[in-house]
Amino acid sequence: MRVPLSWLREWAEVPVDTTPEAVHEAFVSVGFEEEDVHGFGLTGPIVVGRVLEFVEEPQSNGKTIRWCQVDVGEAEPRGIVCGAGNFHPGDKVVVTLPGAVLPGPFPIAARKTYGHVSDGMIASAKELGLGQEHSGILRLVELGLDPEPGTDAIALLGLDDVAVEVNVTPDRGYAFSVRGLAREYAHATGTAFVDPAAEPGERGRAAAASGFEVVLQDEAPIRGREGAVRFVARAVEGLDASRPTPATIIARLSLAGIRSISLAVDVTNYVMLELGQPIHGYDLDALTGGITVRRAAEGETLETLDGQTRSLHVEDLLITDGSGPIGLAGVMGGASTEISATTTRVLIEAAVFDPVSIARTARRHKLPSEASKRFERGVDPRVAEAAAQRVVDLLVEHGGARAVDLGAVVGEAPAREAIVFPHGFTDRIVGVTYAQERVQAILEEIGCAVEPTADALLVTPPSWRPDLAVPVDLAEEVARIDGYDRIPSILPTAPSGRGLTREQLLRRRSADALAAAGLVEVLCFPFQTAAEVALFDGDAATVKLANPLDGQAPLLRRSLLPGLIGAAHRNLARGTTDLALFEIGNVFLPGDDDGIDALPAGAVKPNDEQFAAIAAGIPEQPRRLAVLLTGAITPKQPGQEALVAGLGDALSAIDALGVAVGAELTTRQAQRTGFHPGRTAELLLGGEVVGVVGELLPALAEAAHLPKRVAAAEVDLDAVLRLAPVVVQAVPLSTQTAATQDLSLVVPVELPAAEVIATVVEGAGELLEHARLVDDYRGRGVEEGEKSLTLALRFRAEDRTLTAAEASTAKDAGAALAAQRHGATQRE
Amino acid sequence: MSEPNPITEDAVGAAVEEAVAAIAAAGDSATLKAVRTAHLGESSPLARLNGAMRQVAPEQKAAAGKLVGQARGRVNQAFAEREVAIVAAEEQAALLAETVDVTAVARRRRVGARHPISLVQEQIADVFVGMGWEVAEGPELESEWFNFDALNFPPDHPARAMQDTFFVDPVDRHLVMRTHTSPVQLRALLSRELPVYVIAPGRVYRSDEFDATHLPAFHQIEGIAIDKGLTMAHLRGTLDHFVKVLFGDEAKVRLRPNYFPFTEPSAELDLWHPTFKGGARWIEWGGCGMVNPNVLRSAGIDPDEYQGFAFGMGVERALMFRNGVQDMRDMVEGDVRFSEQFGMVV
Repeated sequence: MRVPLSWLREWAEVPVDTTPEAVHEAFVSVGFEEEDVHGFGLTGPIVVGRVLEFVEEPQSNGKTIRWCQVDVGEAEPRGIVCGAGNFHPGDKVVVTLPGAVLPGPFPIAARKTYGHVSDGMIASAKELGLGQEHSGILRLVELGLDPEPGTDAIALLGLDDVAVEVNVTPDRGYAFSVRGLAREYAHATGTAFVDPAAEPGERGRAAAASGFEVVLQDEAPIRGREGAVRFVARAVEGLDASRPTPATIIARLSLAGIRSISLAVDVTNYVMLELGQPIHGYDLDALTGGITVRRAAEGETLETLDGQTRSLHVEDLLITDGSGPIGLAGVMGGASTEISATTTRVLIEAAVFDPVSIARTARRHKLPSEASKRFERGVDPRVAEAAAQRVVDLLVEHGGARAVDLGAVVGEAPAREAIVFPHGFTDRIVGVTYAQERVQAILEEIGCAVEPTADALLVTPPSWRPDLAVPVDLAEEVARIDGYDRIPSILPTAPSGRGLTREQLLRRRSADALAAAGLVEVLCFPFQTAAEVALFDGDAATVKLANPLDGQAPLLRRSLLPGLIGAAHRNLARGTTDLALFEIGNVFLPGDDDGIDALPAGAVKPNDEQFAAIAAGIPEQPRRLAVLLTGAITPKQPGQEALVAGLGDALSAIDALGVAVGAELTTRQAQRTGFHPGRTAELLLGGEVVGVVGELLPALAEAAHLPKRVAAAEVDLDAVLRLAPVVVQAVPLSTQTAATQDLSLVVPVELPAAEVIATVVEGAGELLEHARLVDDYRGRGVEEGEKSLTLALRFRAEDRTLTAAEASTAKDAGAALAAQRHGATQRE
Repeated sequence: MSEPNPITEDAVGAAVEEAVAAIAAAGDSATLKAVRTAHLGESSPLARLNGAMRQVAPEQKAAAGKLVGQARGRVNQAFAEREVAIVAAEEQAALLAETVDVTAVARRRRVGARHPISLVQEQIADVFVGMGWEVAEGPELESEWFNFDALNFPPDHPARAMQDTFFVDPVDRHLVMRTHTSPVQLRALLSRELPVYVIAPGRVYRSDEFDATHLPAFHQIEGIAIDKGLTMAHLRGTLDHFVKVLFGDEAKVRLRPNYFPFTEPSAELDLWHPTFKGGARWIEWGGCGMVNPNVLRSAGIDPDEYQGFAFGMGVERALMFRNGVQDMRDMVEGDVRFSEQFGMVV
């Protein structure tokens, strides 16, 4: 909400010399965040001029300019070139003299143009920041003004005013008005406030207005709430719709961010800003009979003021007359009864509608308006008469209209029930001791009626504060007005905690281990395109956002790898070619029946069944860990060639993860979408597949603008932590001397070395402490289709030094099992 | 007549002198070895003198033997001393010959880095764990009930629309990307025994624009404490302690009235620090307040018996004003140069 300071000053004691910053500070202290300061952004000299005469001079570019002599209250007229053609000799205009600055900033200087020295500029309303209109220069007669030449136009037009903009939180609808903000300013500064709605002038007459038929009906209230609460109608006749809107009203509307349209529309907007009551004006002669407020019927349509024909929903609350729908209640009026330049009789509507109904209609039709914004947050149900009267008064004053007795007052402002506010309640919430008198004074200051009893205050909130309903609402008001800076600082003592959970600790340790192992942690967005998802998951189902950002991918990731590929590409594009990346994050795996149709209500604990339904509807979101390596794992350096990152480096990263979580992940040759068919393995832990490691398909890497060789791995970190041992069991260490022997076995090339080692370990028995593959030889001396695997074996007994013969016997037993199981032959 | 005794003091002395001089002159182990052969070997002067013992009269043999023995001793000692010196010098020379430019030695392995967003979250969690709090978690893709209804956002309330929510398709199945870490408040209250003191770091989502100061996915730290008798003073005390541990003793907290559906009274949390980017100033960092009774009721807790406070702040923002990160996009683009400047420290 933007509030011009001149307007605020009418109802609150805002010092004349105050700064917008000081006003902001006052608002901040009572809970309104500062947003901005808006001014007209111009400086003088800008004065009233009278056009004495002009000569029209056609130009070679097809334009005709006017060479004008303008009296600006000086001894001699000034010569000014003007491109507009909408004025006559004798017209009063606004002249920006050399030295003035218009919004832009656009400094004005005497300059040579079209063969003359133009000693200033005649301004349009748009150039002054007063409107969008650009049909020519501003003639002051259009504003009903006839000042002397040389008069300061800045003060004349209200262009020296400034508006402060504050953010109004959704609980404080009343503050979407000068009335509400002036009240809050007074609270903040401890100064006086005059309620602009308190003395509605001829309120009595407003209440007496009658004779116009208004019917409020609602056969299908939303959540049991009637759509229309109140409807006050007033009428004026004899309006001259072509009369200008006063300059100060235009200036204030402009500062508040509302464009001037016509006197009648401007006045309704002005009163809405001042009192917070949305107003709609109808051309009374275009109405067919009285007004009925009702829900829409199936199939009804309405052409709204913006020229769009809208299909109505049965929940939409409508203003109707004998002709059918003539407005979307509280959201936007209809075209058929719009006030036009020829309107003379106006019906003024000041109504109160249910917030939920208005919110749903505004959202359904994507029509957030100044009116709907206020209704959604709650409009003071007692301000309608005053607002309607204010509109009547302004149309009488500025539009030549006369007030008539035709009108209606339908519906009662709901009575507020007193809140029982126990003594000391605020103290118990806020931790400050407030005197009972102080509590009462604060509540009265914000407009409550307060009746003290022995153990509580009976507090009836004012009509404009629908947000005050329970004691804690009042406690907040007391703390807010008294000041949060009075709240002391006390550190509470929590019960002894259990520290991080095992999973939380191990996730940290995993990340630290990978970083120590040379990988750089990145955090990618989880949004992916269908093409990205397909890289590793084909056409598997994904969770889809209903409202993705423009230009952002709409699907939620099933794999971290596309994100890492994107990050790698960005790095390469920026010149970093050696990359070892990792990410820990969750993926989103949709189920068959995600979500639920109806949510339980808030403020009540759902039953077990409802909780189970909510839980069952939330897609699985396992936490994954992924790595991606490309380029050099160590770059070329003095005396050392570059070491190109490969599958081994991805495996090393997995080993680092294994150490971090206390488990060994093993590999098994496998094929996976997106991975190299011959260079990919499943990762296993406790017999379960927990991930994949391999090289990416070269074509995939190339299509992603990465080098052909990219190694990657992705594991289900939740599963790894579930399967890893909680406690590691130690084995005793023998200090007896070890015996080492090598064993070379010739086996078929397709037999995985891991299987051969496992067989040898099994066959050699307990004496074999450790077996390690040290060579894989193919070629001379080994048959085509076979390979020679050399294992370094280390034997040790727990109780004695082994003899060479004992070690050989064990080795031979291993070789024998390999021969039997795999047809392996020993190679000497 | 017997021949004169050849093993005279002069002769022996001359041989010793010659040997010691040669030893002293030897500059390397090869020369020293040759000197040893020449002066202690079988054909050395001392050996020859010793060989002349046959010619020595029996009554003089003992003295001559002693003379030669002492001479050998002196030469041997000189040799041993010289040998130690030469070996030491040669070892030293050999090491010096291995000199490398230590500023240009090839590194065998690179080290990586953690992401500062992860590190800050861990650091903040540790501050609270040190106070006895625990770390709670919840899903990023969340039921609307947890994200809104249970947190006192009534359906159709404007506060709900203000959250810039990413809805999951189809929207009538009520799944959203959580817009804040506050749903974890509910999950913690539902799954734990009272009293509850938990912190919940995590990623949240807003359908906001994507630019230098806005991300559609970012991180928050949520805290909630529910106990008997907790007041806003305890909220302030907790925040005061927390910011001093995280940012240093000079950090200060200011509470400003604000509105959140799930707290009442609600406050905006401003942070002051003398050395933040942009100079000493108040920085808006998050929201907080006393947990709204309706939130407690959603968790089946009697608000007349238990009450408490909650707070939430942005992790990315902290990295901006504390560490001087100027463009939020740096935090999500995966440029390794960004994480590498932090290493494992933030």
